[in-house]
Amino acid sequence: MSMPFYVSPEQVMADKAEFARKGIARGKSIVALEYDNGVLLIAENSTSLSKVGEIYDRIAFAGVGKFSEFDMLRKIGVRFADSRGYQYSRDDVRGKALANAYSQAVGEAFTNQMKPLEVEMIVAEVGDDSLVGHEHNSLYRIKFDGFISDHKGFCVIGGNVEDVQSVLDDDYEEGMTQGDAVQLGLKALTRGASDNSTLDATTLEVCILDRSRSRRKFTRLSADIVQDMLNA
Amino acid sequence: MLARSEIQIGGGLVLIRGKYQGSSFWEYLRADEPALLPNFSAWESSSGVSIPHGTTVLAFKFADGVLVAGDRLATEGHRVASRDVEKVFSTDSHSLMAISGAAGPCIEMGRILSVELEHYEKIEGEALELEGKANKLGQMIRQNLPAAMQGLVVVPLFAGYDLRRKAGRLWKYDITGGRYEETEFEATGSGGVYASESLRKSWNAEMSASDAVAATVTALTDAADQDRATGGIDLQRKIFPIICLATEDSIRQVEDDEIEGIYRALVEERTVPGGAN
Repeated sequence: MSMPFYVSPEQVMADKAEFARKGIARGKSIVALEYDNGVLLIAENSTSLSKVGEIYDRIAFAGVGKFSEFDMLRKIGVRFADSRGYQYSRDDVRGKALANAYSQAVGEAFTNQMKPLEVEMIVAEVGDDSLVGHEHNSLYRIKFDGFISDHKGFCVIGGNVEDVQSVLDDDYEEGMTQGDAVQLGLKALTRGASDNSTLDATTLEVCILDRSRSRRKFTRLSADIVQDMLNA
Repeated sequence: MLARSEIQIGGGLVLIRGKYQGSSFWEYLRADEPALLPNFSAWESSSGVSIPHGTTVLAFKFADGVLVAGDRLATEGHRVASRDVEKVFSTDSHSLMAISGAAGPCIEMGRILSVELEHYEKIEGEALELEGKANKLGQMIRQNLPAAMQGLVVVPLFAGYDLRRKAGRLWKYDITGGRYEETEFEATGSGGVYASESLRKSWNAEMSASDAVAATVTALTDAADQDRATGGIDLQRKIFPIICLATEDSIRQVEDDEIEGIYRALVEERTVPGGAN
């Protein structure tokens, strides 16, 4: 009878975290930032596979890491939101509940599974001035171990968070216009991008949660629109 | 795809779990949340409980797309259940559904169809084709068949602007989920026959939006005149039919003022000088 090797829980967790971090570090970064009329999500992505998606009327999702894993989590989020909205009311679907659910699910997988999820996510919710108590935007970041944090102004996930974040720390201002936000997002992502890669409208995925739209506030901006904003 | 056990949550604390992985909300509810699914088949027609019914709805093509309209009355036997129910819903940015039949199941079916279409679009990143939407509605009606056999009939009209074929299209259904594409116009519900007969005289495929609205007001007025379960235009309470136009750009609901103007002119034209006898 063979005895299994003893491995301390600290070691197991450290190994898993290391594994997940490596997986995520290979990916590119995504920035979410608040502007005067909503929330902007901007990702370095030249493929047609989306990293940013619509969850519900006022809620958007962004994920980095392993595509199959964060896309599955996005779909679960859509099911979660749609069944809540169907069961209660559209206004009852809130970003915080979704972010918490993600945090629990990812944390649970980290603790109980051999292989942790190699994902990091942003749940962004735009405020609605016509709903008392729901006026403010929220940005939540969920890490591979279920660690959840909320952010004011901007939030970064992905491979090279420190560099991207340093640009935003310096240049972010409250109440920027949408155009300024796109330009700042590009500048931050460019800092974080690996050498020799130049980013332009065709290698960006840009989505907004537009406060002024009614009901479904999520919009994907085409490369042409993004290019116009960058030229302005 | 990950094994689903990887994202299961113990204790039922959080709603993130389930075995369904596809892109249909309706199928998701059937698989994972059956308690949320409307189930009307438990209802017995012999129970003596009367339930509200909706009455006349119509849809037809015109030059720029398709028009869908419905009166506002719901009845329970000979009693008015509600004077201002809405029987026409936009199910997404380019499609409309109109219902006649048992009001409760009809409204629930309209609600669930709009969630279904939005859900599919979000999961897949692309909306269903108009024909796909019409087909899905047929499947949902078919699943309501046991309830339909007991009298809870749901007979909708579905119409929309087909962005690929650049044309308005409309479908009618029967209680078995049978789906029939109409090329001209269609009206259902207790006053549907009278509305159809009225439309037959004024309809043509190239009519303008304003002519289409006028023909609709006339048809609904004719239906209400002959069928007691169809609500006419109620000037006293300012209750007007819902008339929606689906065109390439969007869906537009016709303003009450416009309907009122057309209706007043119609009444003027039809008023018999000196009374009926």
